[in-house]
Amino acid sequence: MEAQKELEPPQPKDERSQSLILESVKQFFQHKLAVIGSVIVFLFLILAIFAPLIAPYGINEQSLGERFSAPSAAHWFGTDDFGRDIFSRVVHGARISLWVGFFSVLGSVILGTLLGLIAGYGGRVLDAVISRLFDILLAFPSILLAIAIVSILGPSLQNALIAIAIINVPTFGRLVRSKVLSIKQEEYVLAAKAVGMSHRRIVLRHILPNSMVPVIVQATLAIGTAIIEAAALGFLGLGAQAPSPEWGKMLADARPYLVQAPWTLFFPGIAIMLTVLGFNLMGDGLRDTLDPKMKKIK
Amino acid sequence: MYLPYSNKEKGGESCLFAYCMKRAGMLIPVLIGMTLVVFSIIRFIPGNPAQVILGQRATKEAVEQLTIQLGLNQPWYVQYGHYMLGLLKGDLGTSIRTGAAIAQEMKPYLFATLELTFFAMVLAIVVGVNAGIISAWFKHSFFDYAAMFIALIGVSMPIFWLGLMGQWLFSIELGVLPTTGREDVRNPVESITYIHTLDTLLQGRFDQFADSIKHLILPSTALATIPAAIIARITRASMLEVLHSDFIRTAKAKGVRSFFIIYQHGLKNALIPILTIIGLQTGLLLGGAILTETIFAWPGIGRYIYDAISYRDYPVIQTGILVVALIFVLINFIVDILYAVIDPRIKY
Repeated sequence: MEAQKELEPPQPKDERSQSLILESVKQFFQHKLAVIGSVIVFLFLILAIFAPLIAPYGINEQSLGERFSAPSAAHWFGTDDFGRDIFSRVVHGARISLWVGFFSVLGSVILGTLLGLIAGYGGRVLDAVISRLFDILLAFPSILLAIAIVSILGPSLQNALIAIAIINVPTFGRLVRSKVLSIKQEEYVLAAKAVGMSHRRIVLRHILPNSMVPVIVQATLAIGTAIIEAAALGFLGLGAQAPSPEWGKMLADARPYLVQAPWTLFFPGIAIMLTVLGFNLMGDGLRDTLDPKMKKIK
Repeated sequence: MYLPYSNKEKGGESCLFAYCMKRAGMLIPVLIGMTLVVFSIIRFIPGNPAQVILGQRATKEAVEQLTIQLGLNQPWYVQYGHYMLGLLKGDLGTSIRTGAAIAQEMKPYLFATLELTFFAMVLAIVVGVNAGIISAWFKHSFFDYAAMFIALIGVSMPIFWLGLMGQWLFSIELGVLPTTGREDVRNPVESITYIHTLDTLLQGRFDQFADSIKHLILPSTALATIPAAIIARITRASMLEVLHSDFIRTAKAKGVRSFFIIYQHGLKNALIPILTIIGLQTGLLLGGAILTETIFAWPGIGRYIYDAISYRDYPVIQTGILVVALIFVLINFIVDILYAVIDPRIKY
């Protein structure tokens, strides 16, 4: 009985594991860059949630008399070719970018985890088939694959989201698979098997929770990449469509006015960069505190 | 005497050859899978693909004719068989828009992209590896913090925005570099290999060579930024690890000059992770090329695909994507082989 208890994985309600969580949280807050990243992400979240309250003008409110006015007290980021307030549009754009970033990654995580679990736990044939599928998807440069998918589904923000979700599936799939393969050999899993636990229960209770840490770290980093990819698709005209204030689309629309009104291009780009930087810093911090072993990989 | 590199001796060559063959064998299912994915693009279009390509106003006859031309009236496996046979014979299909053979039409675009990505990669490696090494050597110095801060910003930068900002600063504000294109239209380069820097040198036209380089600076810098940032971070991490090893300490104790410690002893041992990242970054570069080429009107394969998308020229989209993916796979294959050449400890 004693021996069996030792083989059990650390339970979440355990005092030891709670202090481990506390320890990780403490470490995370001591990680300066991670805190900066979290603050940036938090600020953009606030912008996104309260966009209608923060933005002084409507996203499509045109004032043709004020076309291309430079940044001023009335229009902090200036106005664009239709006299629309760029600050208001950038603030509303945060909603779109965070939404696409979050949900596309959620899609990749769910699908990737599922396929990774099947590949790692489902035996050789399934493993071979799924692993080859991942190899094939990874053989395409990701943005190109996204373009291919959008060219099938048709250009729209929703289809861009689906495309980004699909191209990131193999990253999570491989991660989960390799984690499952190593956890499968752990003594507590062997013990669970020995006492006759069902496969479903082993996977759901032991393998899945214990392989989630690298997935969370990777997901944070992937949100940043997904935001850039969505903006790239928007920029190419394959993502959000006019008059959406999606940051990539805003850059594409402002491109002809680079000479005349460069500020129309400054701010959406800075917004993309800052958001992505926030997620990258946060992801790096999470990796360092939750999973020190992964530190070397990146 | 113990020879650490003994497998470079007799037998080493055939061992390496066997490893190459094994790796090449592993490529086959991936290559077949890639053709299947690309082949499916046109077949997955919702509704009648021929109708989608020609638009809503197309006549019924035109739609039927295109359906037959694309072979869409046959079962999919017959279509795939024809497609694969064509590929093996070097037939990459026909463009719907221009009616020309894609294999022929694509050549200048492909070489333009290769030239751009090659320069970008060289730039990324030279800047990234050196910045990483100096950062590792002078750990926690001002240079280290500055370089890693720039690298962090670089990783988070959307490449198309960086390109636009480069255009604004260097072409519009400072007027030192050309805004777009690949050559001076009033003084066009005569193509031999379609690689302008090489062509101009072959013809002894140094004025045009300088002009080609000028046109290359902005797009290749934009394209190189993200890979350079990633390479710098990896190089720093793997150099730090190596610099702590015993043999480096011994070399220092023996009085070997820092330069040799870093570049001869250190870098050689830190090369594997750096090489992996360089291989992976090629994908990013080739994907990034499509964005860079759009911004800088660089007549490369990315632009070729982009134009094809707006004309719904699916055969061109398919082939363009396949060719780029093939290059990516090939480069990673070469990287894998290089592993074994650089580090004889890797088992063949």
